[in-house]
Amino acid sequence: MVTATPDTSEGAASMALPKLQVTDLSIRYGGTAALSDVNLEVREHEIFGIIGPANAGKTSFLKAVNRMDLFNPDMEVGGEVRFNGVDTSRIRNVYGLRRRIGVVFPLPVGLPLSIYDNVALAPRLAGQKDPAELDVIVERCLQRAALWDEVKDRLDSLGSLLSGGQQQRLTIARALSQEPELLMLDEFSIAVDPVTTMRIEDVLKELRQEITIILVTNLVQQARRLADRTAFFLEGRCVEIGATEDLFTGEVRDARTRDYVEGRFG
Amino acid sequence: MPADPVGASKPRALQAADPAADFDRLNRDWYIDKAVQIAVFIGGISAIVFIIGIFVFISKEGFGFLLGEFSFKEFFLSPNWRPTSEGNPTYGILALIAGTASVTGLAMLVAIPFSLGAAVFIAEFASGKTREYLKVTVELLAAIPSVVWGFIGLAIMNPIIIQTFNVPIGLNVLNAGVILGLMAAPIMTSIAEDALKAVPDRYREAAEAMGATRWQVIYKVVLPAARNGLLGAVLLGVGRGFGETMAVLMATGHSINIPTSIFDSVRALTATIAAELGETAVGSDHYEALFTIGIFLFVVTFIINLTADLVVRGVRRG
Amino acid sequence: MFDASPLNRRNARNEMLVRLLLGAMTGLLVLPVLLILGTLVYKGGPIISFEFLFTSPTNGMTAGGIFPALLGTIFLVLVALLASVPLGVAAAIYLSEYAPDNWFTRAINLAIINLAGVPSIVHALFGVGAFVIFFRFGTSILAASLTLAIMTLPVVIVATRESLQAVPQAFREACWNMGATRWQTIRRVVLPNAVSGILTGVILEVSRTAGETAPIMFTGAAFFLPFLPQSVFDQTMALSLHLFVVSTQVPGMPEELPFGVALVLICMVLAMNSLSIALRMYLRGRKRW
Repeated sequence: MVTATPDTSEGAASMALPKLQVTDLSIRYGGTAALSDVNLEVREHEIFGIIGPANAGKTSFLKAVNRMDLFNPDMEVGGEVRFNGVDTSRIRNVYGLRRRIGVVFPLPVGLPLSIYDNVALAPRLAGQKDPAELDVIVERCLQRAALWDEVKDRLDSLGSLLSGGQQQRLTIARALSQEPELLMLDEFSIAVDPVTTMRIEDVLKELRQEITIILVTNLVQQARRLADRTAFFLEGRCVEIGATEDLFTGEVRDARTRDYVEGRFG
Repeated sequence: MPADPVGASKPRALQAADPAADFDRLNRDWYIDKAVQIAVFIGGISAIVFIIGIFVFISKEGFGFLLGEFSFKEFFLSPNWRPTSEGNPTYGILALIAGTASVTGLAMLVAIPFSLGAAVFIAEFASGKTREYLKVTVELLAAIPSVVWGFIGLAIMNPIIIQTFNVPIGLNVLNAGVILGLMAAPIMTSIAEDALKAVPDRYREAAEAMGATRWQVIYKVVLPAARNGLLGAVLLGVGRGFGETMAVLMATGHSINIPTSIFDSVRALTATIAAELGETAVGSDHYEALFTIGIFLFVVTFIINLTADLVVRGVRRG
Repeated sequence: MFDASPLNRRNARNEMLVRLLLGAMTGLLVLPVLLILGTLVYKGGPIISFEFLFTSPTNGMTAGGIFPALLGTIFLVLVALLASVPLGVAAAIYLSEYAPDNWFTRAINLAIINLAGVPSIVHALFGVGAFVIFFRFGTSILAASLTLAIMTLPVVIVATRESLQAVPQAFREACWNMGATRWQTIRRVVLPNAVSGILTGVILEVSRTAGETAPIMFTGAAFFLPFLPQSVFDQTMALSLHLFVVSTQVPGMPEELPFGVALVLICMVLAMNSLSIALRMYLRGRKRW
C-alpha cells in the first residue's frame, strides 16, 4: 500500500500509484455471486498472473475492470476498481477507459472485416488516417501476435473466416493495436500450438517494459514462466496473492494454493 | 493550475489529483455517439408519432361532423348512405358495414381453409426444393398490388361469374370475396407457416417415437401447439380484408345494399371513401362524414392488430 | 411385420389422403393465380411495345402509351424512399442497438405493427389532412410520396432490424472492448455486414410503394395530365392509378389496353420482389463468419 510505505518521497509515492487498485470487488449475475470481496492491486510494468480452476471468477474479474457490466444488465458490480487512480464506476467516458485497456478472451472473435481492417480498426478509431503509418502498425501487431507470416499474403481476406487459433492471435494483435496501458489476457493460448505460444510469451516479456499485463491462465506453469506476482482465485474468492516464486516454492498462506499449484485439484 | 513542468511530464501524478483524468474527458467521439443516439431515438419514436398523427389528423377533419350532424343511432343503424341528397342527407353506414362484412366473411371462408392447408403442407409435408419453390411463389403472390386484383375481378372474374351462374352482374359479393380471399391467403399462409415452424422439433419427435403417423402428429401435437400463431394469422387476414380498398372498390359493384345473396352487389366502407372523397368540398358534412368512417376503420383495425399481436406473443411467452 | 396389421395399413392410407388433400389445397391456392397471370400475359402482352412504354396517352387515354404514368410512379417511389429509408434505418438501429427491453420499446413495436395494418385508405385520409391541407403541400408528388413513405415505413424497419440482429453480439462486444463507441461499432462493423440485408428490404419497399393506389388518389396522383411534373409540388400520373382509371373511368376503352397496363405494373412489382428474394438467397448462401 502506498500509505504503508512512509520512507518513499512524495514524487515516488505518486509514481508508485498502482495501475489497478481493486477494493472489496464483488460481482453477481442475476443474484448469483461470481466473485466476492476481492482486494488486490496491479503495479505499473508488471505481469500479474491470475490462476485458478474454472468458475473461480477470473473472467468476471477482467469484465469488471473493462466495465463490461454495461453490456449485460444481469451483471452487478460492487466495490471499487481504480484505474490510474480513477474510480471506474464514476467514469463518464467509458470508451476512453476501454481504449486504454486491451483485452483478449478465450473465445476468439475475428471481426467480419479484412484481416488488415481488424488490426487497423483501433488506430483508425483513435484518429490515425495515414496509410503508411497504419501499414506499420498492422505489421508490427501481427508480428507480435505471431500471425504475420501466415497471413501477410492475404491481408484482404475476412478475419472472421480464419481458423480458431489464427483468430485467437488476430484478437491479440487487435488488442495490441490499441497500444493499451494495460493488457488483459484470458487463457490466450487455449487454441494456439505450444511453439507459437512460446513466441507470444516472449513478446509479452518484452512488452512488460512498456505496459502492464494481467495474465489469466489455467496453466500454472505459464503463470510461473511469465508472472511477477500471482493471485490464486478459487470459488469466487481471491485466496492468495504473492510473488510467483513464493507460490511455486510452497511459501503460501493457504494450503489450497499449494494443492492447486502442485496439481492436486483443478 | 500552477505551472509545474514536472507534473506535466508525469500525467499520472495529475490524474491522481484530478478525478476527471485525461482518458475520462468527453471527447468528440463521445459527443458524436450521443448525437447519434438521439437521432436514432427520434427515428424510433417516429412510428409512435405517425400512429398518433394519423389518429389526430383524421379526427381533426372528422371532428366537425362528430359534433354536428353525427348521430350514433343513424350512423351505425341506418342503412341509408345518402350524403348528396338535396335537403335531407342521411349518413348511415349499416349497409356499408354489411358490405364490408359480407365480402370479408366470404374471403375468410375461402382463405382460412386454403391458407392453413397450404401452410401445413409447406411446413410439414413438402421438403427441399418443392418447399423453397412454394414459399417463393406464396411470397410473390402476396406482392401483387391490390389495384391489379381489382382489375382481375373486373376484367376476368366478372365475365366468368356472369357465364357460370347466369346472373346479370358479375361484380358482387362472390367476386370480391373470392378476389379478397386469394389476396389475403398468401400472407396468412406465410404467417401460419412461421407459426408451425416455431413448434420445436422435439414435440414432433416425441410423438413420432410413440408411433403416431405424420398426420396424427400434426393434428394432435403441432396444430394445438401452434394454435395462437395460427389464430394470429387469421386475425391479420381479417384485418387485411377489412381494410382493403382498391380491390373491393372495383369488384363489389359498388352499390349500397344489405346483401341477401352472394350475387348481390354491395359497397364497402373503404371503397366509399375512395370513391367519394374526390367529389366532396373540404369541410363539408359529407367530407367530414368520410373522415368519420376513417376513424371507425382506424379504430377497428387497431383493435384487430392489437389482438393479433397479443395472441401471437402469448404463444411465445408460454 | 408392422405393415401387415390392418391398423397400420389404414394409417398409411389416411396419411396418403391427407397429403393429397393438403397438396391439392396448396395447388388450388397457387394455380388460379398462375392462370390469371397467364391471362394477363396473353391479353396484355401483344400491346406492349417500345412505343407503349415511352409515349403519352392519346385520344382521351384510349390509345397511345403510358410513359407519364411510368415516370410518375418512379418519381413517387424515389421521393418516398428519400423520406422513409433514412427514417426507417434510424428506427431499426434504435430498436436493434439501443432500445432497452421496456414498455416504451413495446409501444414502438406495436406502433410499427399498426402502421403496417392501418387500411391504405386511412393513410390516404391522413395524407389529405396532414400533408395536403395542414402542411399546405397541396395535391403534389411531395404529399403523395410522404403518405407512401409513412405507409411503407414498417417494411424498411422490419427488414433492417432483422439484418442488424443477424450480426452476432460477440462482434459488437469485441468492438466495444477496444474502446469503440456504440456508433463507431455500428458504422464500422454492424452496418457494413447488414447493408445487403437492408437493401433487400428497400427493394421490397419499392415494390410495395409502386403498387399502392389508394394513398395517392387524393394526395398527388392525377387521372390525366397533359404534361410531365416539373417539381415535387406538381401532381403526377401514376401507373397504379392509371390502371384504375383506364379500367373503370373511361368509356370506349379498347379491351387490351388495361391488360397491358396491368401487365407492366405487375411485371415491375414482381421483378422487384424476385430481385429481393434472389438477393436474400444469395446472402443466405454466403459465409461471412
